[in-house]
Amino acid sequence: MAVKEYKSVERVFGPLIVVNKIRDVSYNEMVEIETSSGEKRFGQVLDAMEDKAVVQLFEGTSELDTKGTKVKFLGESMKLEVSEGMLGRIFSGAGRPIDRLGKLVPEDRLDVNGLPINPASREFPREFIQTGISAIDAMNTVVRGQKIPIFSASGLPHNELAAQIARQAAVLKSKENFAVVFAAIGITAEEAHFFRNDFEKSGAIERIVTFLNLADDPTIERIITPRAALTAAEFLAFEKGMHVLVILTDMTNYCEALREVSAAREEIPGRRGYPGYMYTDLAMLYERAGRIKGKKGSITQLPILTMPSDDITHPVPDLTGYITEGQIVLSREMHRKGVFPPIDVLPSLSRLMQQGIGPERTRDDHADVSNQLYSGYAEGRDLRDLVAVVGEEALGEREKRFIEFSDRFEAEFVSQGSKDNRSIAETLSIAWDILSSLSEKDLKRIDPKHIEKYFKK
Amino acid sequence: MGRIFRVTGSAVEADGMRGSLMHEMVEVGNEKLLGEIIRLDGDTAFIQVYEETTGLTPGEPVRGTGKPLSVELGPGVLKSIYDGIQRPLEVIKNEHGDFIFRGINAPSIDRKAKWDFTPSVKKGDSVKPGDIIGTVPETKLIVHKIMVPKGVEGNVESIKKGVFTVTDVICTVKSGKQTHKLTMMQTWPVRKPRPVDEKLAPEIPLLTGQRVFDTFFPLAKGGTAAIPGGFGTGKTVSQHQLAKWSDASVIVYVGCGERGNEMTEVLEEFPQLKDPKSGLPLMERTVMIANTSNMPVAAREASVYTGITLAEYYRDMGYDVAIMADSTSRWAEAMREMSSKLEEIPGEEGYPAYLASRLADFYERSGRVKNLNGTTGSVSIIGAVSPPGGDFSEPVTQNTLKVTRVFWALDTTLADRRHFPSINWLTSYSLYTTRLDDWFVGNVGKEWSHLRGKAMSLLQKESELREIVQLVGPDALPVSERIILEVARMLREDFLQQNAFHEVDSYCNVEKQYRMLKVIVSFNKYANKLISSGKTIDDVMNLPMVTEIGRMKYMDEKAFAESYNKIIKEMGD
Repeated sequence: MAVKEYKSVERVFGPLIVVNKIRDVSYNEMVEIETSSGEKRFGQVLDAMEDKAVVQLFEGTSELDTKGTKVKFLGESMKLEVSEGMLGRIFSGAGRPIDRLGKLVPEDRLDVNGLPINPASREFPREFIQTGISAIDAMNTVVRGQKIPIFSASGLPHNELAAQIARQAAVLKSKENFAVVFAAIGITAEEAHFFRNDFEKSGAIERIVTFLNLADDPTIERIITPRAALTAAEFLAFEKGMHVLVILTDMTNYCEALREVSAAREEIPGRRGYPGYMYTDLAMLYERAGRIKGKKGSITQLPILTMPSDDITHPVPDLTGYITEGQIVLSREMHRKGVFPPIDVLPSLSRLMQQGIGPERTRDDHADVSNQLYSGYAEGRDLRDLVAVVGEEALGEREKRFIEFSDRFEAEFVSQGSKDNRSIAETLSIAWDILSSLSEKDLKRIDPKHIEKYFKK
Repeated sequence: MGRIFRVTGSAVEADGMRGSLMHEMVEVGNEKLLGEIIRLDGDTAFIQVYEETTGLTPGEPVRGTGKPLSVELGPGVLKSIYDGIQRPLEVIKNEHGDFIFRGINAPSIDRKAKWDFTPSVKKGDSVKPGDIIGTVPETKLIVHKIMVPKGVEGNVESIKKGVFTVTDVICTVKSGKQTHKLTMMQTWPVRKPRPVDEKLAPEIPLLTGQRVFDTFFPLAKGGTAAIPGGFGTGKTVSQHQLAKWSDASVIVYVGCGERGNEMTEVLEEFPQLKDPKSGLPLMERTVMIANTSNMPVAAREASVYTGITLAEYYRDMGYDVAIMADSTSRWAEAMREMSSKLEEIPGEEGYPAYLASRLADFYERSGRVKNLNGTTGSVSIIGAVSPPGGDFSEPVTQNTLKVTRVFWALDTTLADRRHFPSINWLTSYSLYTTRLDDWFVGNVGKEWSHLRGKAMSLLQKESELREIVQLVGPDALPVSERIILEVARMLREDFLQQNAFHEVDSYCNVEKQYRMLKVIVSFNKYANKLISSGKTIDDVMNLPMVTEIGRMKYMDEKAFAESYNKIIKEMGD
């Protein structure tokens, strides 16, 4: 398709412009805009009509005019240049190299929107990833090809946790081909720097592809950033056979960019002003995780999002939880108690856990131990509330055992520090240690044969 | 032929469309993307496109097909996996690779596969729509009945026995001067219910092997159930369990806007799991519709209709069919997206004003029926609902509850404690309970309704007592009430909780359910007897039988029978 250039900008509002008197413009086509002062920006067609189009500008509409602005329709949807040479490089939120290492020599140009994986082609993820973190490995086991977000809130150490997972996850240490794709979406330069620093220290920096859209970068560009990152990840995983861990942080900023565009288009808002299609839009990102039959690589996603005012029913965590395969929830209360990582296991979940654990993958007692830890800790927490009302003296022996157990659970099992890398055997051994606070007959969730083998009296 | 003049997302507007039909299928653009007309306005048609519309340009042509969105019905449907508009995903994978491109198409039913047809009518017989003219062994479990399609009535002129493809003519029917050529395949528009002779009252339970469902909140064959729950409460695991173990003959599983990996799990697991009755792989009776959340939204909207039409077709053969739709909220959201593109005035929370009637129309396609051909069949619908923030007061949950008869309420607090299935026993209900009691009493055990009532009242009482315990501590309660707490705990942990991933516990037949419940209810009586004879609570709860009761659910049939007899004898009941 020929490139078409126009100077007929009719309206400029929010992040959008309307271009008139055009012909043959397609939906989702890329657009290059040149302001009167010669600055170039990029955009995308959101609404294609016969003689006009609504275009969304990734770098904002500031200083555009309706007289001299040139609009060039590029005849194709947004593409990202990809190659194995992306490893170790830094790109802007829109996918252009910004690390002064020169241009990338592309092996391919791929549509950033990707294509849905045929459900019949997917391979079910069941390969255990050891993160070295007990609360995750024992109770919310992650497998290769899973998408599992960290639900955090402002002021909690989600970045430290994500960096620790990236550092310790067996993906980083195995001899196999691995890569990390790191997408910063509207986070501060300081946070981005923290991640870079941590990756550098772990010596893995040359296996990391970074996409940076920082807090002071254009808001609308955030809509592209995760797409570009996932396009790079797909290329590395399914063309180059690598195991790719994708960290997307912070998805709440992404959703806010989405809301901004929707509001500018005067769409009917859904909950809290977020657009009604946000579920589908998020799914287009999160579903780009997984494995494909007959291909070596995998994409594991670790999105991070901050829950506004710690509210898990807020649309961003809510819709995310409906799409991802579980969630790891951080708790302010645990953080205050000085527990690191401050994971609240009760609302946390890994949906793919059952398939990733067991005798051949981790250990025969793993599933039972996990269930027992859950129910024991839940009961202990309930009893704590009771103690607050009636005092400890009113409790029976059984109740006291559960309270002791849940205290030890937080202090010895969940709490481990940011440098502590526990193997799954160590993790399970600590679990049996603290289970010894309970009596044998309290262990209703554990098969008697495991109790016999592992229980420490 | 019309031409596009506007494209925004999956909504396309075209002019020059006068004469097109509402809900007609159209081919959009040079790549012939499939779409459906959802509004007509003079020359203009609004089209929802079932595929990604990137690159579609105003000026490209739109071609009508003259027929509404329809599915192909015939042997070969079972064991298939389709997308929302019945495109065969296995075939597409083999021909086009691992990603779904657009503009690809393949026939829903394999045209080359050959099927062994045995006629059941002969020359000269008079036939009308719905009549069975012969059979085909479709899978090891299901005999496919070939039926006379709509609009064909007359006398059989010829009929062949042998091996044919679905497009070969197997029978000719003469009506007046016209001769109809019948094949083993027919089509049906998805938005139109297939006709039945009459609806019957549902009086047989759809047994699921799940204790909390069968014992406390049973679903009837031909009934409707809603499973609402926030994320992580186990909707999908419950739906999978129902698809695996319910005693329907045919299962239609619709993954509507859900996770790709979950569909893969079903695809990998079902061919290996055995049907408890026949011992054959569960896939032999299953058809799957997979329109994952990242596949086009319009096709997601169509997927539940595609599913229910396939279900009705097997019902017409005289089978009991169960359809699981996971999740109907995603379907409703697809409606909302299209509605907002059409700039319709929104109802509650942005959903279109016709949300309630669409939901009602869908659930009303369930039922136990007498078919046109005289056989009896049923379609049971189990719809998962995903309320935002787990809040049941939102429109999709509320409108679904208006038209469904069973409410299985999933509870986040239970799920957090890993009490699965996390069905809240105090808020859930089944309006079939009393009607199905006759069946349970006649087929399972005389005390069925008595035991259920007793168990339920213990659980009710427990919830009241727990509020008191929260204030005064357990020690302040009299012994008789502490026994209630203990027995209720037993009911919760040893009966209501069921481990979907445990080899034995995953499926529990109703006989075992009955006897497990009997043991626990008898234990309540026995414990009270011991207490009144001077034993302490600790004495009672330390009895070896208490541990044994806790293990009943993991016991295979033989071990359970022994254990049951032993405990009942010991209690002297």
